[in-house]
Amino acid sequence: MNKEFIEIRWHGRGGQGAITAAKIVAAAAFVSGYAGVVMAPSFGTERRGAPVMTSLKISREKIYDLSPIETPDIIVVLDHLLLNESDVTCGLKPGGIIVLNTPNAVESYKFINYRMAIADITAISVEAGLPHGMVNTGIIGSLERATSLLGMDILIKGIEEEFSSRRPQNNSSAAKIAFERTVARG
Amino acid sequence: MGTRNYRRKTSHSEHGPGDGGRTGAWRVERPVLDKNLCIPCKRNTEACFICWLFCPEIVISRTIPPKIDLEYCKGCGICAEECPTKAITMVDEAKFSDEDKDEE
Amino acid sequence: MHIIENGNVAAALGVLLCRANVIAAYPITPQTPLTEKLSEYVESGEMKAEYIPVESEHSALAVCIAASSAGARAFTATSANGLLYMHEQVQWAAGARLPLVMCVVNRAVGAPWNVWNDQQDSISQRDTGWIQMYCCDHQQIIDSVIKAYWLAEKVSIPIMVCYDGYILSHTYMPFEVPDQEKVDAFLPPFRPDYALNHEEPANLNTVTLPDVRMDVRGEIAHGYMEIRYLLQEEMRTSLTVVAEAEKRFTDIFGRGGDPFIEPYLCDDAEYIAVGLGSLTYQLRVSVDVLRKEGIMVGVMGIRFYRPFPDVAIANALKGKKGVIVFEKALSYGYEGALVSDLKSALYEHLAGTGALPVVQNFILGIGGRDIRTEDLTQTLRAATKSRVAKEPVWIGLKI
Repeated sequence: MNKEFIEIRWHGRGGQGAITAAKIVAAAAFVSGYAGVVMAPSFGTERRGAPVMTSLKISREKIYDLSPIETPDIIVVLDHLLLNESDVTCGLKPGGIIVLNTPNAVESYKFINYRMAIADITAISVEAGLPHGMVNTGIIGSLERATSLLGMDILIKGIEEEFSSRRPQNNSSAAKIAFERTVARG
Repeated sequence: MGTRNYRRKTSHSEHGPGDGGRTGAWRVERPVLDKNLCIPCKRNTEACFICWLFCPEIVISRTIPPKIDLEYCKGCGICAEECPTKAITMVDEAKFSDEDKDEE
Repeated sequence: MHIIENGNVAAALGVLLCRANVIAAYPITPQTPLTEKLSEYVESGEMKAEYIPVESEHSALAVCIAASSAGARAFTATSANGLLYMHEQVQWAAGARLPLVMCVVNRAVGAPWNVWNDQQDSISQRDTGWIQMYCCDHQQIIDSVIKAYWLAEKVSIPIMVCYDGYILSHTYMPFEVPDQEKVDAFLPPFRPDYALNHEEPANLNTVTLPDVRMDVRGEIAHGYMEIRYLLQEEMRTSLTVVAEAEKRFTDIFGRGGDPFIEPYLCDDAEYIAVGLGSLTYQLRVSVDVLRKEGIMVGVMGIRFYRPFPDVAIANALKGKKGVIVFEKALSYGYEGALVSDLKSALYEHLAGTGALPVVQNFILGIGGRDIRTEDLTQTLRAATKSRVAKEPVWIGLKI
C-alpha cells in the first residue's frame, strides 16, 4: 500500500458512528504529519439504520480533489450484513483491504484478490463495557492492525479525546482488544 | 449643487416641520378650535390632548390651549374626528379671506 | 490552532470570532448545522449574542436588517429556496447599505426539489447589490467571514460568503482557527455613522421620491436615483477596499494572496479554466494530469463575483489561446452568468488588441451531479484541442 496517499471508504448504518470513527482516524493522521486529510460523508438524507458511507482521503500534501473515492485502498465495514445489501467492495483496488466487523470466521468469506481483517467488534465492544451495537471505536483497532498506518498510541489518544465525556476508557479498550483479536488473511 | 456631499448614503429623514415641504398649502378645510368645548381650556389643566396624540403631522402642540401650526397642517381632519367634545370643526378654506389665511 | 471540522463549523467559528451581536436564521439543508452550531455557542454562553429564532428566511433577514440599523453586527445564513424566499429583503439590505454578512451554503433551487450542491441560488442574486465571495476550502470560509465583516462595515455594503453545500459544508478537513486577539486587532467593533436611537429619531428608507428634495435641515437630500447610483459607484470603488482588506488580513494573519483571483499555473498557460468555489481546486488535479501530457493549461478561481474584478480577470487572461469557463449555474435562455460577465470584461479590456482568447462554457454538477475529476480532465483536454461548441456544453448529462 502506498502510504503517501490512502483512500479509505467506510460503510455503516445511520447512527452507528462511522463518521465519528473516520473523523478520529482523520485527526490522528493529521497529527501524524499527513497535511492533507479530507473526510466526506455521503451526502443527502441520512436515516438511522439505512446504509451510509463516508470517504476518507489521507495524503502527505494538501488535497484539492474533494470528489468521492472511486477506487479505495481500504474499505471498513461496520456491519457484515451490509455485504449482502450493497456493493461495498465497489472499486476496491486489487490487493485492497476489507476491514470487517463480523461474528463469522474469516474462512467463510470468499473474496478473491483482497486482503481481509476481521473481528467480532460487536462482542468485543460489549466485553469492553460499551452498550450493545457501539462498534465505531473497536473497528479502529482492527483497521490499525490491518494497515499499521498510524500506530495505536495516537489512535487511542484520539478516541479518548473524542469520547472524553462518554466512556473514554471503555471506547479505547474496545479498540485495544480489537487490535489484539483481529484475524487477517491474504 | 448636487447631493454628492449629503451627509447620508441612504434615504434618511428626520421628523420636523418642513420635512415634506410647506404642506399647509394642501389644505381644503381648516381645523378651528372652540375653547369653550376644549377640555384642557375649560378646566385649565393638562388633560385630554387627544388631538395632539392623534395628529399624524405633529402640528398640534400639547399646550393650553392646543395650538395648530397651519403652516404645515394638511387639513386631514383626524383631530376633529377624534376630539371627544367635538371642540374642533373643519371649516372650508374658502371662507377665510386672503388676508387671514394661515392665521389662527 | 489547527482543527479538523466541517465547513459549516468553520463558518460558525468565524462568526463567533467576529463577535456578532445578533444572529437570526431559519434552518435549511445544507446550512442547518451552521446555525445549530451558533445557537449552541449562544446557549452555552460562549458567544454573547442574541439568537433570534424566526419563522422564515424573510423574517431572518428582516431581523438582521433591524438589528444592523440599530448598530448591531448581525449574521444570517441560508441556502437555495431559503435565499429565494428572502429575496425581497436581500434587495432591501443593499439599498439600506447595511453591512450584514450572510453565508450562502450553495444548493440547487427547486423545482424539482433537491438538496444537493450547485450555485444557482447565489448566482441568481447577482444583481441585488450584495458583494459575493466564493470559497474553495474551509480556511477560505473562516477567513472570508472575518474579512467580510471588515469589508462590509468599511463600505456599508452587505456580503454573501458563498461555499458549496455538502462538498464543503459537510466535508471535514484541517484548517487554522485564528486567535481571538488577532481577529480583534483586525476587526474593530462596529460603529455605524448612524444607528437607530430614540434621542435622535429618524425614518429610514421610507418613500423616497424620484427627484431630490430639501430635508428638514434645508439641505438637498438624495432622490431614489442618487441612492442607487451611490450603491453602484461604491460597489465599484470597493474593489480598492477589497485589496486593502486582503493586505490588512495578510499583515495580521500571515496568509493571503491575490484578493480577486486565485491562479494556479496560469503564467505560462495557453488555456485557462475558470470557475467559482471548490470546483476550481478540483480542476487543479486535472491541470496537473494535463501538464504531464504537455498540455499548457492552468486554472483560475474567482474569489469575488460582485464587484466583478474585470481588470484583474482581463489581465490574467490576456493573450491566452483559450478560456474554459465551468459553471454550476445557468442564466436560462442564454449561457452561464459568469461566462457572460467574463466575455464582457475581455471585450472591454482586450478588444482590438489581438489578445482576445476564445471562450468556451461548460455546465456541470447541476443538482449535485457528481463531478468526476476524470471528466474534468477529458473536457479540458478536448477544449484545448478545438472549440467544442458555441452553446454551453453540459458535462455528465445522461439524456
